[in-house]
Amino acid sequence: MINIFIENDLGERQALEVPTDMGFNLMEILKAYEYDIQATCGGMALCATCHIEVLEGKEKLPESNDQELDTLDTLPNADANSRLSCQLRPSDEMDGLVFRLKALQEA
Amino acid sequence: MINTDICIIGAGPVGLFAVFEAGLLKMRCHLIDALPVVGGQLAEIYPQKPIYDIPGAPAIIAEDLVNNLMKQIEEFKPGFTLGERVEALEKQADGSYIVRTNEGTDVHCQVVVIAAGLGSFEPRKPAVEQLEYFEGKGVHYMVKKPEQFRGRNVVLAGGGDSALDWTIFLADIASRVTLVHRGDTFRGAPDSAEKVYDLAGKGKIDLILQAQVNKLGGNGVLKEVSILGNDKSVTTIPTDDFIPLFGLSPKLGPIADWNLGVEKSAVIVDTFDYSTNVERIYAIGDINTYPGKLKLILCGFHEAAIMMQSAFKYVYPDQKLSFKYTTVNGVNPF
Repeated sequence: MINIFIENDLGERQALEVPTDMGFNLMEILKAYEYDIQATCGGMALCATCHIEVLEGKEKLPESNDQELDTLDTLPNADANSRLSCQLRPSDEMDGLVFRLKALQEA
Repeated sequence: MINTDICIIGAGPVGLFAVFEAGLLKMRCHLIDALPVVGGQLAEIYPQKPIYDIPGAPAIIAEDLVNNLMKQIEEFKPGFTLGERVEALEKQADGSYIVRTNEGTDVHCQVVVIAAGLGSFEPRKPAVEQLEYFEGKGVHYMVKKPEQFRGRNVVLAGGGDSALDWTIFLADIASRVTLVHRGDTFRGAPDSAEKVYDLAGKGKIDLILQAQVNKLGGNGVLKEVSILGNDKSVTTIPTDDFIPLFGLSPKLGPIADWNLGVEKSAVIVDTFDYSTNVERIYAIGDINTYPGKLKLILCGFHEAAIMMQSAFKYVYPDQKLSFKYTTVNGVNPF
């Protein structure tokens, strides 16, 4: 288990306990925690509804693959800290990660 | 006015297959979709991806599934209104409906089937000051009639294939084309990106990288755009039109206004026949919800078959429905 944190618009952080050994990606975990992520494409890095902004711990994440970069590039508000949570698999290295749900601001 | 038996909102895989099930029962259909093409999420999001859970198809590329469905329903001669979004459903005195789109197309039908997936695909709007104010006054989210830009100054924004393709196309039509992109490279098709660099090198278009349009200005109509560089520099350039091309994302939209039971952006249905709480209106595919619902194409197919048996009574109120197998009866084209 690791702990990662979601920061809301008021700067408040909620801790999520996330298993690293169940084969879920971060998008699936956010949906399991009932965050309103559409996940239109089901995790193919195509729909960007799982768009997150990494506030802390970005350097510990594996690099984005080409598909993720392609999709992020089409978004009007993606920046250097943007990732698609469906492409991130929780691992021990991700413990302490802090991020914001950017996709919800695009609704 | 278009007259039909069944108006299907959404021409994705489930809306398309519903035409087949209707056709077996000799009911005619007309489909309306906000996208300019059929196929719904398959066409817009993952046309090249293989799908593995369509019964009978161990692996099928999404756009091939759409093409197969179009072939399957061809003999039932469905009508299509594409590139228009359904805005309203108007119930008539005899219980039938007129379905109205945002472009004034009217479809009269006995039954309405909502097969709208996750909602209509709407353009993603960038955070640009005054963007909504200038909609219809210089801001366009899609290029429907390229000729309208002839001789005008056009600024496009975006970094994907859509932005690249339209920049190339309009370079020969508009008097000046400027493409603004946040990144320093393009991730779209290499051929298109190369063509854009080439046009910029020759001075046929202006290419502004590492910058974003952040403000629009004008007096009643669009006159200029403000561009903020990643280095915080600000440039203002005169323009007649601004076309932000940042892809599409689905929105429930007008469906929420039709007095249907809606839960988490999905329409509640009765699993007896996938009818909604409003008589003659059904919902099938990803757009509906019920206990145990799975958002799978194959589930939508099943829902379409059952739903059409129920719709029969509104199209042929004086006839008795008798269940027939295609192996016994064949398929009788219209």
